[in-house]
Amino acid sequence: MLIMFYIAGAVALLATVRVITGTSPVHALLNLIVSLLAVALMFFTLGAPFAGILEIIVYAGAIMVLFVFVVMMLNLGPASVEQERRWLHPRVWIGPALLSLVLLAELAYLLPRDALHAAGHTLVDGKQVGIALFGPYLLVVELASMLLLAALVAAYHLGRHDEKE
Amino acid sequence: MNAIPMEHGLILAALLFALGLIGVIVRRNILYVLMCIEVMMNATGLAFVTAGSRWGTADGQIMFILILTLAAAEASVGLAIVFQLYRRYHTLDVDAASEMRG
Repeated sequence: MLIMFYIAGAVALLATVRVITGTSPVHALLNLIVSLLAVALMFFTLGAPFAGILEIIVYAGAIMVLFVFVVMMLNLGPASVEQERRWLHPRVWIGPALLSLVLLAELAYLLPRDALHAAGHTLVDGKQVGIALFGPYLLVVELASMLLLAALVAAYHLGRHDEKE
Repeated sequence: MNAIPMEHGLILAALLFALGLIGVIVRRNILYVLMCIEVMMNATGLAFVTAGSRWGTADGQIMFILILTLAAAEASVGLAIVFQLYRRYHTLDVDAASEMRG
């Protein structure tokens, strides 16, 4: 189980690096889907199967299909790949990368390394998640539904054609 | 089930988050920026699930479900903005929309 966790983590990191260095949007999306599936596998090894299933169905399924749909509708050709390659100069990305790595080093330093705590020792299945979700977290579910409604209205408003222009 | 060190999961989440942050800062194509934001939210969800798994409670997974909702809302609105940007400026460069005009 432990070795599966590390292998999935390595796959997720490699796929994410391919996402942020890729020049073709469709290839970057497919790499992102690989990264999400690897994270779903990590959820399974951590004893959170419900979160893993949701990651596959909603993240890798619905949201990524939305991205693929948009990329296909925009019909980006080889010209955009060339443009991306021109934008990805080393002097453009080396400064932000160093700054982010400093933040990452601080985050990793803040985690205690002498005493490791065990995770994934118990299985938390969907039943417990559902009981907690519709018990003490009921108000949060209502707020999430309002957020989704607001996003629906906003997406409809932003996505429509303006006939006047 | 075998135990997994929680700190390793958190470091992995921090690594994914930093990669997404680099992508958001570096890329100029708005599609890649949205993808990197998805990576960052995914890393946050991984941190929550790892922490919830350390205590053996369902709270981490519930926070992950909320992050999932947020990601879905963000993706739909963000992709609608991508459409508007492409329709008005015929480019996906985020710098093309740097001037706000009414």
